[in-house]
Amino acid sequence: MQRIVFAAFMGCLGSFFISAQDTAELLNRMKAMEDKIKSLEGQVQELKGQQAALTAAVTAAPAPAPAAPQAPPAQTATVTPEPAPAGLAAPQMPSGPLPVYGGASAAASKVFNPDISVIGDFLGGIGNGNPRGTPSLEMHESEVGFQAIIDPYARADFFLSFGEQGVNLEEGYLTFAALPAGLQMKVGKMRAAFGKVNTLHNHVLPWTDRPLVTQNLVGGEDGIDDAGLSFSRILPAPKDLFLEATAQIFRGDSDDVFHAYKRSDVSTVGHLRAYRDITESTNIDLGVSYSRGHSPIAEPLINQLYGIDATLRWKPLRRSIYHSFVGRFEYIWDRAEQPMNIRTTPSGFYVSADYQFARRWFLGGRFDRSGRFNDAQLIDTGGSLILTYWPSEFSQIRGQLRRTSYAERLTANELLFQFQFSMGAHGAHPF
Amino acid sequence: MKGFQGLLSVALLIAIPLGTARLSLAASKLNIVTSTQDPSAITRDVGGDRVNADSIAKGYQDPHFVEPKPSFLLKLMKADLLEVVGLELEIGWLPPLITQSRNAKIQVGANGYMDLSRFCEILEIPTGQVTRAMGDVHPLGNPHYWLDPENGRRMAKAIQQKLAELRPEDAASFAQREADFERRLTDSEKRWDTAMAPYRGRKVITYHRSWPNFAKRFGLDVVDYVEPKPGIPPTPSHTLELINLMKREGIKLILVEPYFDLRTPNAIANAVGGQVVVLLPSVGGVKEVNDYFQLFDYDVNLLTTAFAKTK
Repeated sequence: MQRIVFAAFMGCLGSFFISAQDTAELLNRMKAMEDKIKSLEGQVQELKGQQAALTAAVTAAPAPAPAAPQAPPAQTATVTPEPAPAGLAAPQMPSGPLPVYGGASAAASKVFNPDISVIGDFLGGIGNGNPRGTPSLEMHESEVGFQAIIDPYARADFFLSFGEQGVNLEEGYLTFAALPAGLQMKVGKMRAAFGKVNTLHNHVLPWTDRPLVTQNLVGGEDGIDDAGLSFSRILPAPKDLFLEATAQIFRGDSDDVFHAYKRSDVSTVGHLRAYRDITESTNIDLGVSYSRGHSPIAEPLINQLYGIDATLRWKPLRRSIYHSFVGRFEYIWDRAEQPMNIRTTPSGFYVSADYQFARRWFLGGRFDRSGRFNDAQLIDTGGSLILTYWPSEFSQIRGQLRRTSYAERLTANELLFQFQFSMGAHGAHPF
Repeated sequence: MKGFQGLLSVALLIAIPLGTARLSLAASKLNIVTSTQDPSAITRDVGGDRVNADSIAKGYQDPHFVEPKPSFLLKLMKADLLEVVGLELEIGWLPPLITQSRNAKIQVGANGYMDLSRFCEILEIPTGQVTRAMGDVHPLGNPHYWLDPENGRRMAKAIQQKLAELRPEDAASFAQREADFERRLTDSEKRWDTAMAPYRGRKVITYHRSWPNFAKRFGLDVVDYVEPKPGIPPTPSHTLELINLMKREGIKLILVEPYFDLRTPNAIANAVGGQVVVLLPSVGGVKEVNDYFQLFDYDVNLLTTAFAKTK
C-alpha cells in the first residue's frame, strides 16, 4: 500500500515539473511570436506606404513606356481576378492586380499533349426503312481525335471511330506541311481526295446519312479510306484562282470499292480542285476526281471511278453567324469490270442545298439517284428534307425526312434523327 | 503490271509540279499576312512602303467565325510573316489554313509566325475550373486586347523588332516609323483621354465580351452582356434581367459589335429608353476607319456623343 502511495506521489511530482517546463517554453514562444507580429506589422505599414506612392505615380503617368517585347514578364495568371459575374459591376481598382503580359503559357504543363477531342453521334430512325433499314436507336459512332505538331516539319492527326461493335482507325496520318517546290505530303491512313463527300467525316456532313451514290459506288460510310501516300501542290494559275492538284497512292483495300490481292495491286487517286471567290460573300469550288484499283469481285478485274463536284457557298460577312447557303452537286461514274468480260458503267449523283435562316437553324434538302455497282440497270432514287438546330457551337440536333425508292420496287419512308456533341479541343470548322 | 502503271502515273503527277516550280526571287517588299485588320493596320504604319500587309478577316466580320477559304492560301503561301491575335481567337479557322499553306516560314513555331498576344496585357484570364458550361470561353484570356492603345503601342514595338529581324537593311526605317507611331499615339491618347474623362465610371452593357481592355483604359464600367454567356445568343429570360438591371441602375447605353443582330439590343434599348451604339472592335469595321488611330477616333466620338445625349 505504501509503495502505491509513493508511486502516485512521485508521478504527481514528475508531472508538475514537466508542466512547469512546458509553461516556460510556451511563454518564450509567445514572446517570440509577439516580436514577430510587431515586426510584420512594421513591414505591412512600409509596403502600404510604397503602394500608395506607386499608385500616385501611375495615376500621374497613365502611359508608361512599353515593355521590351522580347522579354515579356512571366505570366502570373493567379493575380488576375476572374471576370465579373453577370450583373455585378467590375470594380475599377487603380491599385488592383498587376498587369499580366502574355497568356500563351497557361497550360504549360500539358503543352506537349496532343489536342484531344471526342465527337459523339447518336442516331435514331422511325418508319419503314426496307431494305436498308438502320437500327431504331444506336450510338452510331464516337470519334476520338488526337492532333499535334510533331516537330518543326510535320504534324499528325489521328481519328479513331468507336462504333457499338468495335473500333476502327478512320484516319491516322502524318502531314509534312511544307516540302520543297510547294509540295505537301501526307503519309498514313486517310480518306481519299475523291470528290467532296468521301473526304468528310460523319460529323461534318450536312445530313444524317451519306447519299445513295456514295453508298452504291464509293464504299458507303467508310468510303475510299486506305493506307498510303498523298502529295498535293497549289498550281500556278491566273490571279485569284486557287488550283490544287492531289495525287495519292494506296495499298488498294477499300471495303466494297477496291481490293489488293498482292502487293502490286495498289490503288490510285487523282484530284484537281479549282476555287474562286466570286464576291467576298460568294464563292465556287469545282473538282474533278479519278480513282483506279482492283475490283473486290476478282483479282484481274479493274474498277475505275470518275467524279465531278461543284460547291457554291454564300455567307454575308457582316451577318456571317446568322445566314449562309451551301449548294452541293457531285456526279460519279463507275467503270467496273465484271466477270465474263462484262463491263458495267453505273453512275449516280446528288444535289443538295442548305440554308441557314437563323443563328442556330439550318434547313436543307437533297435529291439523289444512283445505279448499283454490280448492275447499272438497278436505280435507287431518294429525297430528303433536313432541319438542323445548334444549341451551341459544340452540339447539334438534326432531323431528316427521307424517302427512298429502291430498285426492288420498295419504297422507304423514314424519319432519322441525330444528336451530335463535341468534347475537348476546339476543332476547325469544316469548309 | 497495271499497278505499276498506276505508280508511274503518280510519279509523273509529282514530277510535273516539281518541274514547274518557279525559283523564288528575293522580293522587294516583305509580305505580311495578319489574321485580322488591326495588326495589319499597325504593321502598315510601322513598315511603310517596305511591306505589303494584308489581313484574312475583315473588320466587320466576327473574328471567331471566319471561313478558311482556299483563296486565303494564295496569300499565306507567299507570306514572309504571319501575325495572329492568338489566345484561341482564330482556333476555328486559322490552323488548317496554316497547315495547307505549304509555307514553312509561317508554321507555328517558325520565325515567321508571330503571336501578338505574347506582348500585350491580357485580361480575363480565367482562374479555377473552366468548362464550356460557361459558354465559349477563351481559357487563355480575353483576345480583344488590341482595344487598349497601350497594347497597340506594345504591338507596334514588337512588330518593329520582328520586321527589323526579317529585313535588317530596313531596320532604321522601321525604328523611325515606329517612333513616329508612338509619338502620334501619345498625342492621340491625350485627345481620347480628354474626350472620355467626363464619362469615366459610366455603366454600359455590351453585346459580347469584346471590350474589357477598352473599358479598363477609358474607365467604363461594363455591367453585363446581351449574350447570357460568351457565344450563346440572347435568351428571353436574360434579356428581361438585363432590362430590369438597366432600369434599376439607370444604364442607358448598349454597345454592339457590327456583326451582331440589332433586334434584341434595340428591343432592350426601347424598353429602358436607352440607346444602341454600334461600336467598332476593329479597323475596317466601316469604310472610313482605315488605321488604328481612326478606330479610336471613331469609337471615342460615337461614345462621347452617345454619353452626352443619354446623361
